[in-house]
Amino acid sequence: MTFYILRRLILMMVTLLLIITATFFLVHSLPGTPLKNEEKLPPEIRDQILHEYGLDQPLYVQYFRFMGGLFKADLGKSLMYDGRDISQMLKERFFASAFIGFQGILIGLIIGGGLGILSALYQGRWIDNFATSTSVLGVSIPSFVLAGLLSFWVGVKWGILPPALWGSYAHTIMPSLSLSVAVIAQFSRYVRTELVEVLNQDYIKTARAKGLSKAAVIWRHGLRNALIPAVTVLGPLTVNILTGSLVVEKIFGVPGMGALFVDSIINNDYTAVLGTTIFYSLLIMISVLLIDILYGWIDPRIRVAGRRGE
Amino acid sequence: MNKKRLLSVLAFVLICALLLASCGFEGNAIKPAGGDNRTFVLAESAEPPNLDVSKSTDEVSSRILNNTMEGLLRQDRNGRPQPAIAAQLPQVSKDKRTYTFTLRNARWSDGKPVRAQDFVFSWLRTLNAKTKSEYAFILFPIQNAEEYNAGKVSASQVGVKALDDSHLQVKLKFPTPYFMELCSFTTFMPQREDIVNQYGSEYALEANRLIFNGPFTLSNWEHEASFTLKKNSFYWDQRKVRLDRVEGKIIKDVASTVNLYSANRLDFTEINPEFAAIFEGKSDRTVIKEMASWYIEMNQTKAFFKNLNIRKSINYGIDKRSLTKRVLKNDSVPAGGLMPTHMKGDEKHKFRELSPDTVLYDPAKAKQLYAAGLKELGLKRQPDRLEIVGDDADSSKKQMEYIKEQLRKNLGLQVEVTAIPFKQRLQRGKRQQFDLLISGWNADYNDPMTFSDLFLSGGSYNRGKWSNPTYDQLVRKSMTNPNDQERLADLMKAEKILIQDAAIVPLYYRSRLGIKKPFVKGIYWISTGSSYVLKETYLDWKK
Repeated sequence: MTFYILRRLILMMVTLLLIITATFFLVHSLPGTPLKNEEKLPPEIRDQILHEYGLDQPLYVQYFRFMGGLFKADLGKSLMYDGRDISQMLKERFFASAFIGFQGILIGLIIGGGLGILSALYQGRWIDNFATSTSVLGVSIPSFVLAGLLSFWVGVKWGILPPALWGSYAHTIMPSLSLSVAVIAQFSRYVRTELVEVLNQDYIKTARAKGLSKAAVIWRHGLRNALIPAVTVLGPLTVNILTGSLVVEKIFGVPGMGALFVDSIINNDYTAVLGTTIFYSLLIMISVLLIDILYGWIDPRIRVAGRRGE
Repeated sequence: MNKKRLLSVLAFVLICALLLASCGFEGNAIKPAGGDNRTFVLAESAEPPNLDVSKSTDEVSSRILNNTMEGLLRQDRNGRPQPAIAAQLPQVSKDKRTYTFTLRNARWSDGKPVRAQDFVFSWLRTLNAKTKSEYAFILFPIQNAEEYNAGKVSASQVGVKALDDSHLQVKLKFPTPYFMELCSFTTFMPQREDIVNQYGSEYALEANRLIFNGPFTLSNWEHEASFTLKKNSFYWDQRKVRLDRVEGKIIKDVASTVNLYSANRLDFTEINPEFAAIFEGKSDRTVIKEMASWYIEMNQTKAFFKNLNIRKSINYGIDKRSLTKRVLKNDSVPAGGLMPTHMKGDEKHKFRELSPDTVLYDPAKAKQLYAAGLKELGLKRQPDRLEIVGDDADSSKKQMEYIKEQLRKNLGLQVEVTAIPFKQRLQRGKRQQFDLLISGWNADYNDPMTFSDLFLSGGSYNRGKWSNPTYDQLVRKSMTNPNDQERLADLMKAEKILIQDAAIVPLYYRSRLGIKKPFVKGIYWISTGSSYVLKETYLDWKK
């Protein structure tokens, strides 16, 4: 297992290096400069400022300088928000995104899991039909449409929660709900399918036959086996939430990573684009790794297969 | 199965009903977002990147600085510079090149006096190339400022000097009739040397790494979320300040801002034309007059647009009135010239009052001119692929589609629309990679020169590469002409040449739309339209 994780970590480093290099050259090939007053700046002064930033040097020099900083764990300073540390900005912004994201996943897992279990237990009954239509809607309605509707109805018309902005816990509920719908939809389908399959297995009948209560059977034998495939969808779901939150954050005015990422691209803020890209890549790679580890922990067969493979 | 289908249909109907219902707005009983008459809540669409007087370039930062800082002069409601930190308007020497300011007894927000040296320090810091100021050039009318910025002379040779703590003397390179306007611009505000040195590279990046001398102080700044201004108890004119607090909420989505406004959580916000219809005819609707001119530049490095008749035909072939009314819907004014409606002319009149513009539109004449142009060029029909280039914002795309349709209908000219991001548009313009280019310019100060010098031969903002020696001569002369009357007449003449020679196709003088609760009183915008002044703003709300 340790060797497996180690190998994965090394692979991650290589991938990250490739991503950084590609992003570096891509972002520098964008037209224009990171200067904010580019439209009005007389050319002589523009050149002089670019020189002060070291942006007039050959691209490879800038690349090695950036990589040199990176090895010292220095992401550099933002060009768009002159002087602010990228790592500091990421720290500030990540909290908001992570909070609504994880809360969204949590809501999604609880409601989605519940719905999945209920519809598997009461196949073909009204609760099953309800869960099915909910998940069809959940998959087909983009989170930002729901965000808009929630903001308008719950926020403006009914005045229950603030329509947007950031500051108190109440502000986090609607963004998380908007994000959770896709999770509810997908997760409930997976849980239902898997649980239905598991419940038809012979060992379930055996368990029932030896006198275990229905609840104990479902909990101990049914769910644990049904959850294994469901864990696999957690990876893509986390990634979905991360990318989906760009728009939801904008609608609710959440001071998160989304705005930073989009703005830094529009403004040619090279360091901020690289910083956010590195951060996103790491986040996604780590969550995929964690899920793989989790997967092995839930299903011993995978661990064994892994060992044999080595 | 039937049940399932029924449920899905029901769900679908529910969604449709929700969507339909959200198209209409119901009014809540209006009240201030802050709960009482002491707090004003507004929305900004972006995070202020930096509140450093030397480095700030964007509108949000300029708004905060305009309300927390004060320069020698401040613009009043009518756009005229009035004494602020200066006790009265400056003494101007006979040759109009030396300005002497007497400072009043004003204080910084830590109680220390505002001194003439604070201005000298601030201006020199901006001009120092190491500061990397992107607005340093606005100080260039000052003697040796440009040379110091380029590293050719030392700081002591720049024409700004503190005679003592309360007297500031400024020497100009040439007589600059708009120098007083400049003194109210954010880049001309003072800075404290001890504070700048104390925070070093962290200066102005957080609310507590700044110091203020204006009506408010910045008491809280949560990046990307909000900022709070508090009444400054050390401000020299604090009797006039009626608000205790101003809360700025940073939110990028206009639909959400409108939601917040409708839910009484904002007292003021700007909106875009997509939301104009909701507030049509309501007292909330506020038009913010910018000093901005939008026009089409034609690429005159190409033979087709070198032809005067072709250029003229494009001007005559586009209906600017319906463009502003049907497409822009934000009270922008159809243009026949370059100078926006409220640009200053002489002391009493606007430029446009003294030299009215004529909005040209005449399809029949356009056709004639176009045919004549083709004939002169010896062409049977237009060049193959003509491209109109502009920004990729929604409203910009709509404008380009409209112009494309007008040219097709009125001239039979086929153009393709290319909508690209702002930075790319700038680059394409700079490299003459366009046929028609939608361009705009916001005035930096209230004087025609801010627009006139754009179209000098070889100028970097003259992307169409239009060139006219008489125009150049008139504008260059006006840059140093001490005779204000003659200068104004010359600049008027120059604008006429620009239009007669079809250097550009004027489109409109831009306005912006805002919504503000009816109880918000006393707010005004400085003449360039980029910033509101909250010094005398108050809320007049009764239960």
